[in-house]
Amino acid sequence: MRYLCLIYLDERQFGTVAEAEVNALNARHLELNEQLLKSGHFVEAEALGPASETSCVRLRDGKVTLTDGPYMETKEVVAGFYLIEARDLNEAINIAARLPSAPLGVVEVRPCRDLIVDGVSRKASSKSL
Amino acid sequence: MDIVERIYRTESRRVLATLIRQVGDFDVAEEAMHEAFVAAVEQWPVEGVPDNPRAWLVSTGRFKAIDVLRRRSKYDVSLEDVVEHVESIADASAGEDREGVEDDRLRLIFTCCHPALAPEAQVALTLREVCGLTTEEIARAFVVPAPTVAQRIVRAKSKIREARIPYEVPGRGELAARVDSVLRVIYLVFNEGYLASSGESLTRRDLSAEAIRLGRLLVELLPEPDVLGLLALMLLHESRRAARTSPDGELVLLTDQDRSLWDRAQIADAVKLVEAALATRRFGPYAIQAAIAAVHAEASSAGATDWAEIVALYDVLLGFGANPVIELNRAVALAMKDGAGKGLEEIDAILARGDLAEYHLAHAARGDMHRRLGNVREAAAAYRTALELTRQASERRFLEKRLAELQQISS
Repeated sequence: MRYLCLIYLDERQFGTVAEAEVNALNARHLELNEQLLKSGHFVEAEALGPASETSCVRLRDGKVTLTDGPYMETKEVVAGFYLIEARDLNEAINIAARLPSAPLGVVEVRPCRDLIVDGVSRKASSKSL
Repeated sequence: MDIVERIYRTESRRVLATLIRQVGDFDVAEEAMHEAFVAAVEQWPVEGVPDNPRAWLVSTGRFKAIDVLRRRSKYDVSLEDVVEHVESIADASAGEDREGVEDDRLRLIFTCCHPALAPEAQVALTLREVCGLTTEEIARAFVVPAPTVAQRIVRAKSKIREARIPYEVPGRGELAARVDSVLRVIYLVFNEGYLASSGESLTRRDLSAEAIRLGRLLVELLPEPDVLGLLALMLLHESRRAARTSPDGELVLLTDQDRSLWDRAQIADAVKLVEAALATRRFGPYAIQAAIAAVHAEASSAGATDWAEIVALYDVLLGFGANPVIELNRAVALAMKDGAGKGLEEIDAILARGDLAEYHLAHAARGDMHRRLGNVREAAAAYRTALELTRQASERRFLEKRLAELQQISS
């Protein structure tokens, strides 16, 4: 099964973290990525830019309209994601708990689903393990 | 590489059980085992499959666990002691005999079924850790959302960690009570697959098969009389699976079942187990329930059943503790032995105590007694009460059918 781990952080709070600490956190994330790649759990991960740079796209009556984001006005915003391969939800949860940024915010774990076209189930992701 | 996959299927639960003992933590052991299997996928095709794959996996897993703990202790100094402890465990896996490894499986079962854990957590943990089901499979089988099951498992593991629940087979003094707790979990899993009306029938059936597999494992590891009894009881229920529902999914009562559909091989297995359990003279309620089921299984028809023997066995069963549902079953058997009038007297006495007033099967049985005595009006009233008390679809259809039959008689 594939799971998306969405990392939510409070940007204002995160903005006050000292540069050295951010540096250490990033290094730990890269270290974990290596481990997850070796253990076969890693599919993809990205760290996201600031929420203020979000564009929300809507298509209505054939016309594109844009609004500033983020889509959900909450204190905590999506700061990054991991797409992982795990045996089941509990293994995915254990991996989510290992994310170095887990202690700073919330990690939402969501199962991925296949896309069914003409009765055939297909992975939406191009990354196949 | 299907050799690794095959070994995962047969050995992963044993490897996990041993690693949990050596590492002292469910999650670290699971991560370490996963890494050991990843190493197997990489190394076995090149270096060949080791002579003793399980020992290789345990020893590799132990080294991986040390790595896991070392990585974690880099950011959490409180783990340094744990690393030292795991490192200090001598590489005993090579010298460990089969018995030692099998003890680990028992330790795992007893820990998953520890009475300090909530019953639904015991079930979820046992199915995931002992049987190797995924969280999603357990959720589907019990018709609950996967995050609910995941939470039960996470909480149970925290509880084991925080309450320092020891990873051990209980000692003599505690053993009987703790075995009961394990048997209750297994029987619950079985009944969920056998009795419940909701959910997809296929996954439900898998749950019963899983419970029987667990029962067989426990018989192998701990052949106590009631362990034999529970396995026999499950096999006897299972032997009637094909006969207990009609092709259109309706419930068929034991007395009306087509006995040629009963699985004779399962019955023969079960009867041997019952005999072995009873011969010890230390049997408990599961062995007696199995003995009752065996009497039914060996009869060629409801009429040819040794009802006197069944009533006597119910009396023994009641000796283990008063239980109104067992009294009700005894009353139904008594009606078969001495007539519906006798049965009705007993059922009325139980209902008069108020014990089973809300139990639909008590009223359904009362309806049956009246029907057999020709008291159409009383029978219909009892069936209607039963109908008000149950929401289970197949049971409702069954009662409605009985009511319709009565109306035909009276008109």
